[in-house]
Amino acid sequence: MNRVAVEKKVLGENDRIAAELRSRFLERGILCLNLVSSPGAGKTSLLERTLEAFAPSRRVAVLTGDIQTDNDAVRLACFGFPVKQITTGGTCHLDARMIERALTDWKLDELEILFIENVGNLVCPASYDLGEAAKILVLSVTEGEDKSLKYPAMFLRSELLVLNKIDLLPHVPFKLETARENARRVHPGMEIIEVSCLTGEGLPQWQRWLEGRVPAPRKSHTAL
Amino acid sequence: MHEMGIANSVLEAVKAEAEMRPGMRLAKVGVRVGELAGVDPEALRFCFDALVKETPLETVSLEIEFRPRCHRCPACGTDFNVTNFETKCPGCGDPATLFLGGTELELAYLEMEET
Repeated sequence: MNRVAVEKKVLGENDRIAAELRSRFLERGILCLNLVSSPGAGKTSLLERTLEAFAPSRRVAVLTGDIQTDNDAVRLACFGFPVKQITTGGTCHLDARMIERALTDWKLDELEILFIENVGNLVCPASYDLGEAAKILVLSVTEGEDKSLKYPAMFLRSELLVLNKIDLLPHVPFKLETARENARRVHPGMEIIEVSCLTGEGLPQWQRWLEGRVPAPRKSHTAL
Repeated sequence: MHEMGIANSVLEAVKAEAEMRPGMRLAKVGVRVGELAGVDPEALRFCFDALVKETPLETVSLEIEFRPRCHRCPACGTDFNVTNFETKCPGCGDPATLFLGGTELELAYLEMEET
């Protein structure tokens, strides 16, 4: 019996496409963010509040993934920025090829921010690099403080935790401090911003974080 | 639950490697799965077995090597496995340790026989 060392990444093909996407984004100065969460934590709500605050001159676009329906794309399209739904038809995550395919008929050159809203799932999207600059994890206060301990892979890979629905804190037994401690047990130093997409509390902090990540503005703007 | 897709990616990689080695019969596939890979080893095995059933690869066995989360202490150089999310260095107590491994999802090796 001969043992042959292979040492190849199982998702090497996904990683190859993601690396290509990442270099396309970097070359053009595009900030690509991959929003992940469990279903219903508020990814679409956060994007709604984010898009509505942007001046119409901003070059922002959204790819939104779901197993079925284009409900999220409909919700997000009313802000005047390009939005495209990726319907996975059963697949529980987005992969780099789906992103590559969705971008083929978009002109990337003058885009400054591309949001990717992943399928609501705290497990599988952790394994698939989409070429993003950062993953942002949205967690809501109705979900329990120990989600980071139950789903450590996603928390470890996400740069920022947006803790949503803080307007509900008086009504749920969720302890903010415990949630923060648990998140940082899994991901030491993890950045955390607390928001309510309903009341707007905390959103300025999120917007500052976002603007801090956008590459320096460029001189010319043409339509996407 | 994306282990079927992962198992399929494993098989694609295995077939590509096996094609490069004609005259050899594939007996075993070694896959390395990190604690933080987001992949359940038993679900991966179940899916792998389902995919190879009634194919020429049916007799191939899958060996899964599990890798725990591992950190390195830059202060004293100790490498250690993280249990219960305790990332403090067990050697010198320094809390500022660095992530070293545990997200692996790799086709590690193939075992082949001459035919």
